[in-house]
Amino acid sequence: MALQPTHELHKRRFGRNFGVAGLLLAFVVLVFWLTVVKIQRGEPVQGFDHIPTAERTTDTPAAAGATP
Amino acid sequence: MSDTGSYERSASGPGEGSFGDYVQLLKPRVMSLVVFTALVGLLVAPVRLHPVEAFSAILFIALGAGASGALNMWWDADIDAVMRRTQARPVPSGRVEPGEALGIGLALSGLSVLMLWLATNLLAAALLAFTIFFYAVIYTMWLKRWTPQNIVIGGAAGAFPPMIGWVAATGSVSLEAVLMFALIFMWTPPHFWALALFINSDYSKAKVPMLTVTHGKKSTRNHILVYTLLLIPVPLWAAMTSIGGPLTLAVAVALNAIFLLGAIIIWRRDEETAQADGYRIEKRFFAFSILYLFLHFGAFLAEAALRPYGFGGW
Repeated sequence: MALQPTHELHKRRFGRNFGVAGLLLAFVVLVFWLTVVKIQRGEPVQGFDHIPTAERTTDTPAAAGATP
Repeated sequence: MSDTGSYERSASGPGEGSFGDYVQLLKPRVMSLVVFTALVGLLVAPVRLHPVEAFSAILFIALGAGASGALNMWWDADIDAVMRRTQARPVPSGRVEPGEALGIGLALSGLSVLMLWLATNLLAAALLAFTIFFYAVIYTMWLKRWTPQNIVIGGAAGAFPPMIGWVAATGSVSLEAVLMFALIFMWTPPHFWALALFINSDYSKAKVPMLTVTHGKKSTRNHILVYTLLLIPVPLWAAMTSIGGPLTLAVAVALNAIFLLGAIIIWRRDEETAQADGYRIEKRFFAFSILYLFLHFGAFLAEAALRPYGFGGW
């Protein structure tokens, strides 16, 4: 008996693989979207390679004495 | 043996289930109730989540419920194969292998708990983990085959979702969350015992110690009435809290009056009468119990929706 090129098994496997692929893609999109929301809702981000703005204006000697 | 022969066998053999079979493994009907109650718990909470966070929370709570369903199907495959109601499930019917059900259950448990933590907070994730453990281990592996009170204690697993929804939004457990938990917890016994009254033979065949099997139907009828009486104060109390209001109170009074009346009628009926009319009252009570829970949570939701317009709440 010759194998059919598209057996019912192939259709079932395709459906299953298609479903899993769709779910994985949706998961990636959700994690990305969630990350964007979390970052946008977070405190303003400042790098640690400079003096933060608030400290420069209040605590530093330059900020305390430079202005007449 | 030819290659063709083994090919043909693999086509109908285990481990070749369709995508739908794997979805069935997650008990989508149970998941729909979980989604609804968790959503209500989340929406009636005083803290608003970002829509994406809220969607993620509900999705991963539902996924956790699905994971515990898969673990339940893995462990209970022998019971499911005997009971007519569950014979067509993916594992007993051979479309999904038990090991696959276990693997999917464990993987989705870990994923759902971790993602709920990342999306919301640690307490919500811990509660979800405990719920999965409670349903899969405490209820499925231990209580279900051991005691006729299986439904009473095991009902806690189904009662956690609104509390998890609330905690996902607020980060803490409060009286309102406990009362939503208690409502489902106390509702579960009369709901399932009404079902057990008219599908008793299935539980007998599977040797599951349901109350109807171990103590008889008369005792089950007594239990339904007692647990209904214990249930009634819970929604009335919930209606008096911050998630309730006049609408919720009116709904609670009406629903509980009907529920109590049904429980009294069931308590007064004898087995001969019930068999003669094909358990008509018991079936109606069971159907109404589903509506009862849906309307209670619907009322909480309506109250929260009306509040911004100055109508809901006290």
